[in-house]
Amino acid sequence: MLDVPTRRITAFADRSFASPADKAVRIAEASPAARFVVRGRAAVPQTAAVALGFPLATDVCRAALGGERVALWLGPDEWLVIAPEHEAESLGAALASALAGVPHALVDVSHRNVGLTVSGPKASYILNHGCPLDLSLAAFPVGMCTRTILAKAEVVLWRTAEDAFRLECWRSFGPYVADFLEEARTEFK
Amino acid sequence: MLIINCPICGPRPEIEFRYGGEAHVARPAGTETLDDQTVADRLYMRTNPKGLHFERWRHAHGCGKYFNAVRDTVSDFFVTTYKAGEPKPDVAALLKDQAR
Repeated sequence: MLDVPTRRITAFADRSFASPADKAVRIAEASPAARFVVRGRAAVPQTAAVALGFPLATDVCRAALGGERVALWLGPDEWLVIAPEHEAESLGAALASALAGVPHALVDVSHRNVGLTVSGPKASYILNHGCPLDLSLAAFPVGMCTRTILAKAEVVLWRTAEDAFRLECWRSFGPYVADFLEEARTEFK
Repeated sequence: MLIINCPICGPRPEIEFRYGGEAHVARPAGTETLDDQTVADRLYMRTNPKGLHFERWRHAHGCGKYFNAVRDTVSDFFVTTYKAGEPKPDVAALLKDQAR
């Protein structure tokens, strides 16, 4: 018989993020989440609101928040919805039934991505080691999100506070991204 | 690093983009009646200019959308970028504006 593990092991299970550099920048694993990629044209943002509680962001590179759920704008027809892990099945079903009438694509990517939070006074400085975006508050304000590049990995970057970011990358890139950030903050040890 | 202006997301570093070949290559009407030479020309022959070039780019690690750009193949200078499907811009007028 095939032994199917029922316990979820994250990509960072055997990693400790505690470091003397924590006072400058803290790196932590974001709690496991339910994630959906929603794609579709103009009717989709409002239609998804029925299931989500709020419409998907239509402003370029902006996050739409509601309670513990967030919808990150990735492209004019693409959003990444992140919600607490226990909502994976209920929210997925709710989105599917809400969007049933409009052409769309809805994909559960909960286990494809891993999330990291990067926070502290040197958070943007550390990210700029591998990300050439201008992360000043004027160019990348709180609530802005985008898909971009961190070193050699594609990540979704979302500024949750003035000195805090959430990073989402593919699970297989997780250890690489974490190692990269760890190396970048070596100077603060 | 070059900064390329995505018509949707705004100025972004060049590593987020992928080149997509020459723009405005129109598929001739009545494909079934075309001779081999015309089909081969459309598939394989490109203008390859020294100077201003209309080309497609994709914001691959950003919004994922294709758009068109006018780039100088000698200096790598991007004269302008515009959304896919929009007509060719008046490059002479744009250059005059930028020189001012």
